[in-house]
Amino acid sequence: MALADTNSVITDRAASAGLRRRRYAADLRLRIYGIAAITVAIGMLAVLLGTLIVGGAQAFVQTHIRVTFPVSAEWVKADDPAAGNWRNVVRDGLAQVFPDLSAAEQREVVKVLTNNAQFFVRDAVLANPSVIGSTITLDIPAADPYDQLNKGVITRDTAEENRRLNDQEIQWFDTLVERGLVSKPFNWGLIFNSNSRFPELAGLKGAIVGSFYALLVCFLVSFPIGIGAAVYLEEFAPKNRWTALIEVNINNLAAVPSIIFGLLGLALLIQTFGLPRSAPIVGGLVLALMTLPTIIIVTRNALKSVPPSIREAAFGMGASKHQMIMHHVLPLALPGILTGTIIGLAHALGETAPLLLIGMNAFITSEPGGVMDAATALPTQIYIWADSPERGFVARTSAGILVLLAFLIIMNGVAIFLRQRLERRW
Amino acid sequence: MNVMQQATTSPIEIRTPKMPAMEGRAVSVFYGQKQALYDVSLAIERNQVTSLIGPSGCGKSTFLRCLNRMNDTIDICRVTGEIRLDDEDIYNRDIDVVELRARVGMVFQKPNPFPKSIYENVAYGPRIHGLTRSKIELDEIVTSSLRRAGLFDEVKDRLNEPGTGLSGGQQQRLCIARAIATRPEVLLMDEPCSALDPIATAVIEELIDELRENFTIVIVTHSMQQAARVSQKTAFFHLGKLIEEGHTSDLFTNPKNKQTQDYITGRIG
Repeated sequence: MALADTNSVITDRAASAGLRRRRYAADLRLRIYGIAAITVAIGMLAVLLGTLIVGGAQAFVQTHIRVTFPVSAEWVKADDPAAGNWRNVVRDGLAQVFPDLSAAEQREVVKVLTNNAQFFVRDAVLANPSVIGSTITLDIPAADPYDQLNKGVITRDTAEENRRLNDQEIQWFDTLVERGLVSKPFNWGLIFNSNSRFPELAGLKGAIVGSFYALLVCFLVSFPIGIGAAVYLEEFAPKNRWTALIEVNINNLAAVPSIIFGLLGLALLIQTFGLPRSAPIVGGLVLALMTLPTIIIVTRNALKSVPPSIREAAFGMGASKHQMIMHHVLPLALPGILTGTIIGLAHALGETAPLLLIGMNAFITSEPGGVMDAATALPTQIYIWADSPERGFVARTSAGILVLLAFLIIMNGVAIFLRQRLERRW
Repeated sequence: MNVMQQATTSPIEIRTPKMPAMEGRAVSVFYGQKQALYDVSLAIERNQVTSLIGPSGCGKSTFLRCLNRMNDTIDICRVTGEIRLDDEDIYNRDIDVVELRARVGMVFQKPNPFPKSIYENVAYGPRIHGLTRSKIELDEIVTSSLRRAGLFDEVKDRLNEPGTGLSGGQQQRLCIARAIATRPEVLLMDEPCSALDPIATAVIEELIDELRENFTIVIVTHSMQQAARVSQKTAFFHLGKLIEEGHTSDLFTNPKNKQTQDYITGRIG
């Protein structure tokens, strides 16, 4: 009997050791699954960023060609320089580099420079009229095919009939390279130019300004309304069927596909209220509708996370509800509210679908001067470029995405900074 | 009881030491359908410490929170009966809760200073109630309140540092300073020492005894030793009813009720 008991204890021990081993094995498996999942996620992110950087890097530099233009008084009158024949000035400049070309060839060689070269020369001379009668040396952006040649996108071993540039044109470019006239500086135009038909000139300025105005409208509308709604629901509203219904609807609103908000903007804001098409004010209002539920939800959570002891302390001191909220609860909840708002705005910055519906994907070559002017936004600009046939827009699409990502990272960084810096711990 | 009621009806005798500072008459409290307090009548004597004891859930905190209408913040809470402060029913419609809470201050179980500076914590009450006209007056109130709470010497060099950076016992004394800065008549304390160590508890108990000179104090406590040490009057609650009340020494040495005796000897609770 005693022996049997000892045995059963021993087998119990063996069994429990086995159980323990299986438990450890299960722990280990779970950990391996977790690490594998994270690896896959980070890998995908790395592939995405890698593709974008490889594809977009080319757009951050731009081929420029240094040409010395003789600004002859024959083409440009000193008393009215703006009306000068700038096309001829450009032709003369290139004729100095390639002196022995026929008239037809001269017309072709001008296309090494961007189509708008005449305006670059004009603006430079207007800024400095004393050069009329002498010469002016400028770095002019190369036309897209030559830019692509310089960046190695157009290759020389492609058969001539399949190439954008024929052998003659490549030879002209090589001459320019030999003479040290070709440079490839950082492409500030990507940030400081507005959109253009010509990839070498197209930039994001209009889209950045348009996005800024749209987000400004979005913030000014959704922040106060969102906080007001959240404070009412959290602090004042009785808990009954109506507030429950409102709550469910706010949560549902956050899940409505964004294109539907675009339709609402089109039908209501543009058709009914007659607001201008493609304007950041409409975009901002539509984005505000989308951001509102996010702000209400994060504000309510931030208000909820203020410990009840602070409310009791305020009430115990004889603070009114208004004083309790304004002096204690709202300031304590503010870091959380700001963080959530910035993340909501970052979300709005990347939103495309509703902006397409209200016409913020128009071709607009100047930045908007205000919220009522026609504009594009960053994501819609990327969409337009992705849709454009010229080779130069391929790299610019990736570069545009990188710029957008940079803005998103900055905004999220600010949110994290605020959270770390301002959030109190109890 | 009868004598007291006569006293309250006679205007000449108002504010004489005989008249209780506060008095509950047939107070019942309901949380929704559930009744938490049954017909409690209890007088709070002026410049005395009254302790409310009893097992958890007996209604002693509920009664305490009726005295400055903190129960108002709970939607489903309903109070019947009468609670008089200087011959006024505090549940009367004309009574302004904000003013009431300036006259009946409260210190909570867990020290809950505002996450602001020590100075701002104490200055908050006088500020929202408009008790001071100048910065000098406010400084004076803050200093005297901190001094009365026995905290001034420890914090005088760091009045602008956050109150949340103090130790638990100091935080609780800061909360007491904050509560007395509005010059209340009555100070309610809801288990003020339950989150503190024995040394901090001893400091607070000593402080309570000193404060008695200027304030009327009601303290809820789980510790019968504490009730015996600090209070002159003790009320024993059980299951929402006031079982017995009387002089602390009498109640602990010679309880009249069987339940009281069971509780103080540790047989129930």
